Amino acid sequence: MKGSSLRPSRWPHIGDVVLWLATGLATLLVLVILAVILIDVVKNGAPRLTLGFLTKAPSDGMTAGGIFPAIFGTVALVILMTIAALPAGVATAIYLHEYARPAALATRIVRIAVNNLAGVPSIVFGLFGLGFFVQFVGGGMDKLFYGGDKVFGQPALIWAALTMAILTLPVVIVATEEALSNVSPDVRLASAALGATKFQTIARVVLPQAVPGIMTGAILAISRGAGEVAPILFTGAAYFLPTLPHALHDQFMQLGYHVYVLATQSPDVDATRPLLYATVLVLLVLTFALNASAILVRSRMRRHLSRSHG
Amino acid sequence: MNGNTIEPARSPSDRSPRAAASRSIRTPDASPRRSLSPENSDPTLSQRVRKLESRQPPLVERLIEVTIKVLAYSAVAAMILIFIFIAKEAWPILTSSAIHREVTLAKMWFAQQWPGYDSPEHVWQPVSEIPKYGVWPLVVGTIKVTFIAMLVAVPLAISAAVFVSQYAGRRTREIVKPAIEFLAGIPSVVLGFFALMVMASWFQDLFGFDSRLNALVAGVALSFAVIPVVFTVCEEALGAVPRSYVEASAALGAARWQTITRVVLPAAAPGIAASIALGLGRAFGETMIVLMASGNAAILSATPADSVRTLSATIAAELAEVVFGGPHYTVLFTLAVLLFVVTFGINFMGDQAISRMKRRMGVAQ
Repeated sequence: MKGSSLRPSRWPHIGDVVLWLATGLATLLVLVILAVILIDVVKNGAPRLTLGFLTKAPSDGMTAGGIFPAIFGTVALVILMTIAALPAGVATAIYLHEYARPAALATRIVRIAVNNLAGVPSIVFGLFGLGFFVQFVGGGMDKLFYGGDKVFGQPALIWAALTMAILTLPVVIVATEEALSNVSPDVRLASAALGATKFQTIARVVLPQAVPGIMTGAILAISRGAGEVAPILFTGAAYFLPTLPHALHDQFMQLGYHVYVLATQSPDVDATRPLLYATVLVLLVLTFALNASAILVRSRMRRHLSRSHG
Repeated sequence: MNGNTIEPARSPSDRSPRAAASRSIRTPDASPRRSLSPENSDPTLSQRVRKLESRQPPLVERLIEVTIKVLAYSAVAAMILIFIFIAKEAWPILTSSAIHREVTLAKMWFAQQWPGYDSPEHVWQPVSEIPKYGVWPLVVGTIKVTFIAMLVAVPLAISAAVFVSQYAGRRTREIVKPAIEFLAGIPSVVLGFFALMVMASWFQDLFGFDSRLNALVAGVALSFAVIPVVFTVCEEALGAVPRSYVEASAALGAARWQTITRVVLPAAAPGIAASIALGLGRAFGETMIVLMASGNAAILSATPADSVRTLSATIAAELAEVVFGGPHYTVLFTLAVLLFVVTFGINFMGDQAISRMKRRMGVAQ
């Protein structure tokens, strides 16, 4: 730097130009990657995307028909998953944020577990689901209630959903905790001053304000659960089923698994390609819609909060 | 506000802490709810308030609170159960003589002299007349793909984070950040599909590889999944650097780029290290992308143009066809234990770096 003039130069420093260009190009490249993937999928998937595709079952060895059973299975999976993950996740967040002493050993252990659970490889969840839910819990239920017949002791919708619930638990916990910490301490004090017990304050004052944040967490969890394939490979997903699942112990078809099977195990790649692209498009639209609504809910919540806090 | 002057006279049945509280203003355990006491002498109202004051939370509430506390340990329980049940299925590799006839830990990790081979070699061929469980081809494959992914993702993601947090205006930021969140939201099976159907052909046209699916295709596709992880944590770390640092640097006459490279980046270093660690954990354990795009041939080589088979892809591809409790099944669960322990270690270190960063910034602010 030339130290002769105290007045800042009108021209940006050459180092700034270089750094700005380099980092800007990297950012642009990331955006281009995203755009290329999206354009390819939309361009090749859109022509095949019809109402019939969404409402019919596959036929002719997966080269014709639609993907309704896979959509149905995905929705059933994420609904069951949410029912299992939401209460546990919200309870954990409430405990961490409202009850736990931050420095206590127990609190630190819960936090370490939450953070590391988020990093466990998804295939390990799949193995865990197989070893714990299918064989241990399911097999145990069969021995107890069904005299050893295989009813629950095999890959099934319920086991895949519970495996996925554990995988998405950290998503719900993190989002809920953020929502709780955004609730102003003033309203807690006001509620306590009115004579409310701690739990009344949480249930009637804090939680209602945190609902958008919890919803964000639930939506992000659903988006994650709708797209993961590795955890359900061995816990309940099936390549093709003639009927929709009608009980918790049935197997099911799922969009992501459908993509995987069509892409890797199809005997005639060219015949399945249009269907494959359309399936990917449906999966992408589904996860994008979920993510977009989560971002929307969150930004609306932030705007609302910043307004109410002046 | 100790209300002993305005409260109506108490009956002799007053409990002692309450009496003590009214005697001494300094008593710390005087309930804050005492301030509820009305300033009038309506006996029914004051009785009602007193009843309110002395109540315990109802039984239902206490039950719910206990339930919350129990549920709060679900993540801990999940971690422990995951480890126990993976390790339980892998345990026979150490103890079962039936499995030792086919495979031991030593046979997995040391080169073996197989019939038909000139010298001892590491071979992964679990489904053959003589099953061979040499894991080095898988370990090297995993390292190779992970390394390529990190080599692509880390510079891109950190640069993008620097751009977004240091140079970009509000409007640019509001485009880039959601876009990268969208990239994070793309299911890995879709990235795998894209690598398999589209990228592999482009790469082959470009470089003329022998095998269409190889470590490079898988690694680059994997980097798309790693970029958002590194970017998000890194951007947050850069944003957490106190403004006072930047202002002080500018006041000393530093140009923007000098402030960034010599003040902001060093201050955010633990966070950047954490972002790399978390990205590494993601790359190491990611399954569907490599399963679909790597070609899945267990070749022991260092060339990125060769097809590879990673640990996670091996488990995903082979577990469906094994005999429950057999040697192959046990070996696959042993690989899962390896994946679990390594990712746990990487993520744990990343976490520690983040909390160190938070502490440091918390003190600095």
